[in-house]
Amino acid sequence: MVSLILLLPFFGALICGFGHRMIGEKAATYVATGILFFVCFLSWIVFFSFNGQTESVPLFRWIASGTLSADWGVRVDRLTCIMLVVVTTVSSLVHLYSLGYMGHDENWKEGESYLPRFFAYLSFFTFAMLALVTADNLLQMFFGWEGVGVASYLLIGFYYRKASANNAAMKAFIVNRVGDFGFLMGIFSLYFLVDSIHFNDIFAAAPEIAQTQFTFLWREWNAAEIAAFLLFIGAMGKSAQLFLHTWLPDAMEGPTPVSALIHAATMVTAGVFLVCRMSPVLEFAPGTLTFITFIGAMTAFFAATVGLVQNDIKRVIAYSTCSQLGYMFVAAGVGAYPVAMFHLFTHAFFKALLFLGAGSVITAMHHEQDMRNYGGLKSKVPFTYWTMMAGTLAITGVGIPLTSIGFAGFLSKDAIIESAHAGSNAMAGFAFWSLVIAAAFTSFYSWRLVFMTFHGKPRGDHHAHDHAHESPRVMLIPLGVLAAGAIFAGMIWYGPFFGNHERMNAFFGLPVHHEETVAEGEGHGAAPAEAGHDAAATADHGDVVASETGADAVHAGETAPQGAVFFGPDNHTIEMAHESPVWVKVSPFVAMLIGFAIAYWFYILDPSRPKALAETQPILYRFLLNKWYFDEIYDVIFVRPVRWLSTFLWKKGDGATIDGTINGVAMGFVPFVTRLAGRAQSGYLFHYALAMVVGLILLTLWLSIGSAG
Amino acid sequence: MNSLLSLITFLPLIGAVVLLVFLKGEDEMAQRNAKLLALFTTAATFILSLFVLLGFDPTDTGFQFVEEGAWLGGLTYKMGVDGISVLFVMLTTFLMPIVIGASWHVTSRVKEYMVAFLVLETLMIGVFCALDLILFYVFFEAGLIPMFLIIGIWGGKDRIYASFKFFLYTLLGSVLMLVAMIAMYYQAGTTDIPTLLTHQFDSETMHVLGFTIAGGAQTLMFLAFFASFAVKMPMWPVHTWLPDAHVQAPTAGSVVLAAILLKMGGYGFLRFSLPMFPVGSEVMQDFIFTISVIAIVYTSLVAIMQEDMKKLIAYSSVAHMGFVTMGIFAFNQQGLDGAIFQMLSHGFVSGALFLIVGVIYDRMHTREIAAYGGLVIRMPVYALIFLLFTMGNVGLPGTSGFVGEFLTLSGVFQVSTWVAFFAAFGVILSACYALWLYRKVMFGDLIKESLKTIADLSGREKLLFAPLVAATLLLGIYPSLILDVIGPSVTALVHHTDSALAAAATTLAQN
Repeated sequence: MVSLILLLPFFGALICGFGHRMIGEKAATYVATGILFFVCFLSWIVFFSFNGQTESVPLFRWIASGTLSADWGVRVDRLTCIMLVVVTTVSSLVHLYSLGYMGHDENWKEGESYLPRFFAYLSFFTFAMLALVTADNLLQMFFGWEGVGVASYLLIGFYYRKASANNAAMKAFIVNRVGDFGFLMGIFSLYFLVDSIHFNDIFAAAPEIAQTQFTFLWREWNAAEIAAFLLFIGAMGKSAQLFLHTWLPDAMEGPTPVSALIHAATMVTAGVFLVCRMSPVLEFAPGTLTFITFIGAMTAFFAATVGLVQNDIKRVIAYSTCSQLGYMFVAAGVGAYPVAMFHLFTHAFFKALLFLGAGSVITAMHHEQDMRNYGGLKSKVPFTYWTMMAGTLAITGVGIPLTSIGFAGFLSKDAIIESAHAGSNAMAGFAFWSLVIAAAFTSFYSWRLVFMTFHGKPRGDHHAHDHAHESPRVMLIPLGVLAAGAIFAGMIWYGPFFGNHERMNAFFGLPVHHEETVAEGEGHGAAPAEAGHDAAATADHGDVVASETGADAVHAGETAPQGAVFFGPDNHTIEMAHESPVWVKVSPFVAMLIGFAIAYWFYILDPSRPKALAETQPILYRFLLNKWYFDEIYDVIFVRPVRWLSTFLWKKGDGATIDGTINGVAMGFVPFVTRLAGRAQSGYLFHYALAMVVGLILLTLWLSIGSAG
Repeated sequence: MNSLLSLITFLPLIGAVVLLVFLKGEDEMAQRNAKLLALFTTAATFILSLFVLLGFDPTDTGFQFVEEGAWLGGLTYKMGVDGISVLFVMLTTFLMPIVIGASWHVTSRVKEYMVAFLVLETLMIGVFCALDLILFYVFFEAGLIPMFLIIGIWGGKDRIYASFKFFLYTLLGSVLMLVAMIAMYYQAGTTDIPTLLTHQFDSETMHVLGFTIAGGAQTLMFLAFFASFAVKMPMWPVHTWLPDAHVQAPTAGSVVLAAILLKMGGYGFLRFSLPMFPVGSEVMQDFIFTISVIAIVYTSLVAIMQEDMKKLIAYSSVAHMGFVTMGIFAFNQQGLDGAIFQMLSHGFVSGALFLIVGVIYDRMHTREIAAYGGLVIRMPVYALIFLLFTMGNVGLPGTSGFVGEFLTLSGVFQVSTWVAFFAAFGVILSACYALWLYRKVMFGDLIKESLKTIADLSGREKLLFAPLVAATLLLGIYPSLILDVIGPSVTALVHHTDSALAAAATTLAQN
């Protein structure tokens, strides 16, 4: 069934991309959308019926060279299941939404067929993303990894007439390639160390790798550290973490549904997925985990500060995405992989919702994206307003403190902050405070967005305001569904992802730790819909563990760790996080209130305030507005030197030096050549050729005489 | 079918002779007949070569389809293929009908043009099949002549300069190779390649004029062969003939040059340098690694700033060939598999890219990147095909370009992380130049007046691209088609090299 889930979107893309001439544009897009909904349905079945046992289904051979072999195949475990539902749900809703949003696009001229192309790209993206999450070896994962990169490239540059879109598309691809560079190096090191690139083999060998020293470049490193570090470079590129983040805001050049699907809910979370997937290796790489925590925390903080002052509605959400991805990496960095996945899961709902809602606003306002020209849209687009409100409540983390009742982000984000506090690595404390401050910023910019867009007086072109209208139903339905996700997803799945340790172990198929007494005094409300299922899963799992612990004893050290994620023996982050002091649990809530209060003050009570503040703090304001000047700095230290060096090597290297030397050496020859060249008309060339043939024959004869004698 | 290889090798030559002798006149009918006959001959050659592939047993690592006979004055004529060479033969026969098809609009001296290509095909196949040193040398060198003529007669404005540059570069290398071959003959007493493969050439350290030469005679012979193969590859810094040759050559000439002729250097390393001079190869390993990496980074950088489409692709070819030499000298399964795969894949991808340039050159008569922009609006099919091969050039997984790059890098990584590290910059840089080219030519608005009536691919052009598209995707998704054929022979080569190195080491120790 998972193979079907994987392949159907690919056929959807083919039908849409090539078949639309036969079946018509409308039909083609409907087919692609229909396929996605079917696939989504199947994915939820897989999600609910998954029994916790990792399965691998090989499809056919791919690369086999010596001991290096990788098959096309499908691996199903809890991580895969989570990603399956995230990807297919958001993707199917985005397909549906696009039917409306892309229906009449003014960027295209009369008679230009763009719709099937758009849907083909979307479906192709979905296929590549599914190939990524179902991979059972690093190479297939890399295939998906690059496949989503191409889809992203094509969709960012979808409006190919616009130079800015083309530049953004190239930037995205190239910056991602920098990350891929690390990813590839990581694959090579693991292959070198393990002699295999299959996850199971790598996971089984992880403890051994941790004992190995490995010479990479100038010095010896701990093998697990360096491999994990290199893979994380790949994750940084894909997930737009600090230093490799510059492509993500520019990627907003793509149509808004693309931003929702690729640059918010799915592709950019691939890095988090990779880190969680490689948890059996990472658990033996404490140094890299510390680094991940640091980068995650920095990104969360950095992107949130930039988000404070942006005026383009999509860019605000883009920086918000970047920041939230930082949160997820912090969770992974402190070893709370399920928590990272939890936030990935809930974030997919509310961030896709915010983007699609922004898209709805943009449509209503005739492609105006500057929030300074919005205002007072609440009454014009009420449905969009209320769904975006749900998204905002979710991202800012509204809920009832010390309970597990609240919007999705309340549960998952607070879980991350608690984990960061409980984390034991050197950066955990730093991360905790960064995240709390970032939570206040998040609240501020999210509410700023809502207030500037929907409240206050209409600003800018009043013509646009007069004609603002609610979007068609195909666009509102996805908003509604995602809003439901943003409200309930956290509460429903709090238990299995984080809240309840036993359920979490069952959910992720983890063997029960013997030393661990489940200290769950909190009594989080378990969602009734899930409880029955999980109990069954636990029961199933009990048998599996019993039989497999026996097997473990026989092949000690040879089998891969059980379950979708792995906790090292010293990793108690999640247990500790449950015991967090009350002030820790309340701190994100307080931060959220502060952010809200300031936003309310700035944008409702005293709208002249932000401008005044920007004027009194010009340096800080410019610094933030220009995104800490990353693009400018990179231009100076990378782009220009490369261009200069390229020209230099071409003109001076190839031209003056190499050709110059060779011409110099051939000085005696050159006059001869030019004389020939001067005379040579095409007819004469035959004579030279003839001379060469004769010469060659004479040479052979001489040789043959030599050999005969 | 004992003479199948000879039949395949000389069938194009027969076609050429028939053209020369029987076809008279320059009128349209005669031109048409010349084209049809050339197409028919190359197609027949391809079909015949399929029998070689069908009859080839990959598990047998020796030479198959071997033919032997006497030749001029005591020389031997010996042909045969093994897992390393058979696919190069296939690559040649597969591409030649496409090359002829790409020349359908040639109008000057059509007969001679077709003759030149047919003769070239014979010589190229001969290079990959020859099992005798002298025979190899003749095929290898004679191949220069038709290519020289193709550039010099049917080329662009500066064709004379380019063809002489091409000719001198490659000929100078060849002279050194000839000297080494004579030395080999004196040492081993035979020109039979299978025998030479098992001969252990002297590898004692020599002292010449105060220089110490590790690996002795082997190193010297290695260097002599290297001079020839490095120019053919071409490796940095003897690559500067290639961009000029490509720019001046007609489209079909560029395709043959990039897709097949460049592979002769790599094939030479695999057939001669590595198995016959293992000690020399080992001595020179670091040197080759260094210049391969320089080639990858340097030429990728140069490619970024090019203004001429063909030059850009030519420079990217040099970079891709850097992966090949690097992989070969990793001396391990992945490196060698990857190098051969990369050569074959590059044959499809770069051949297709030169055809792609040819398509718009035929329409607009310029290769200047700045002269284009926004073509995607008028040419959607072309855009799709161009995109596919751009991605192949970038090395995207799922296209054949990825497999070679990945395998060579992983092979080299096991030998030296430094080399793999720097070579992997090529992965980033290739994205820069390839996407840059695509963006400038295809994307943007269509504002140039001259482009507003440009037509999308014709049926003939689609037909030319179809097999290349199929090959690129198929080999990207199911590379075992190639890896299974070359695998056992490569394994044997790795073992041979390893044991030869060990043997040389013990001999040295005993002395």
